[in-house]
Amino acid sequence: MLDAVLAILVLVGAFFTLVGSWGLAKMPDFFMRLHGPTKATTLGVGSVLVASALYFSFNTDGVSLHEVLVTLFLFMTAPVSAHMMAKAALHLRVKQVARTRSAVVESGLANSYDENPPRRK
Amino acid sequence: MLSMVLPWAFGMVSLALLLSLYRLLVGPDVPDRILALDTLYLNTIALLVLFGLLQGSALYFEAALLIAVMGFVGTIALSKYLLRGDIME
Amino acid sequence: MLKRLLPHPLLSVLLLLIWLLLNNTVAMGHVVLGAGLALLIPFLTVGFWPERVCVRSPWVLLKFMAVVLWDILLANLHVARLILGSARELQPAFMLLELDIRSPLGVSLLANTISLTPGTVSCEVSADRRQLLIHALHVTDVEASIRAMKQRYEQPLMEVLREC
Repeated sequence: MLDAVLAILVLVGAFFTLVGSWGLAKMPDFFMRLHGPTKATTLGVGSVLVASALYFSFNTDGVSLHEVLVTLFLFMTAPVSAHMMAKAALHLRVKQVARTRSAVVESGLANSYDENPPRRK
Repeated sequence: MLSMVLPWAFGMVSLALLLSLYRLLVGPDVPDRILALDTLYLNTIALLVLFGLLQGSALYFEAALLIAVMGFVGTIALSKYLLRGDIME
Repeated sequence: MLKRLLPHPLLSVLLLLIWLLLNNTVAMGHVVLGAGLALLIPFLTVGFWPERVCVRSPWVLLKFMAVVLWDILLANLHVARLILGSARELQPAFMLLELDIRSPLGVSLLANTISLTPGTVSCEVSADRRQLLIHALHVTDVEASIRAMKQRYEQPLMEVLREC
């Protein structure tokens, strides 16, 4: 029973990891690429980590919960890094797919960083 | 059953690593490459944990934890560098 | 007095939990050491945590966490389907969400939740913290999607993190 659950978790995790990277390689522009790694890969790695936590909890004496720590850490950091990368991309005006409908033009939000442009050395 | 599934999982995660590597090499912009590096370290964590499962050893976990922490800091530092031309302010 | 010695009780509890998880044990020695660190670290770093956090309604928070976890699973299936489908049919969009929530912690929690859940990534918060710029991988009705996000995530967060 446990073996089956572990096998499913590992397979699902590896599959989502693959889907995340697949999206990264396939999507046409940066902002669309961002979605695969932030969501699919995070869940995939989390699922593999949970499998590992279960495996070591049942196969060694005592529970092994420190994998949960890495899972939580990944779930907290993934959106933060995605946000920072998106900010950087907006700042650099990375190319977008032409059909992207945009609220940026009216709001001028993407320009908010140009009020304090990068320091020149 | 787990031992039957593990080789497949290794295959899928390795393919994921290759796909991220492709994006790292092709780019075309700097944020794309940072994103590819970010994905690469996530995939590495998965690979390490799978290896730990295969070997039945909990030792690889520590390496995974370190990669998670350092990878996050690296991604943030690189993005900040692009944003401000500086990391510490 | 107690406020000065123990500026962030929630943070202290969290630090103790993290310490025990890191060491993967509940041995007495580690509990004592972890408790010491959990008291000392918030005391020394109080300058970096200007905002006092207090949770008003723990039940709403628990319900919110359950909803978000469930949504993460659904969103992942959804995004996986979008990624494996044809990229040409996707309709990406930048959306603006007018924030009603004011506390900085609330805004960052909302931004993180939005990044993790429904096929959207938060890209930028305006300087006055009143607007959130969101990129969606595939959205047909921008208005409806923004309304759904406000109602599903912002409402409970506002309820949990009221001024204190």
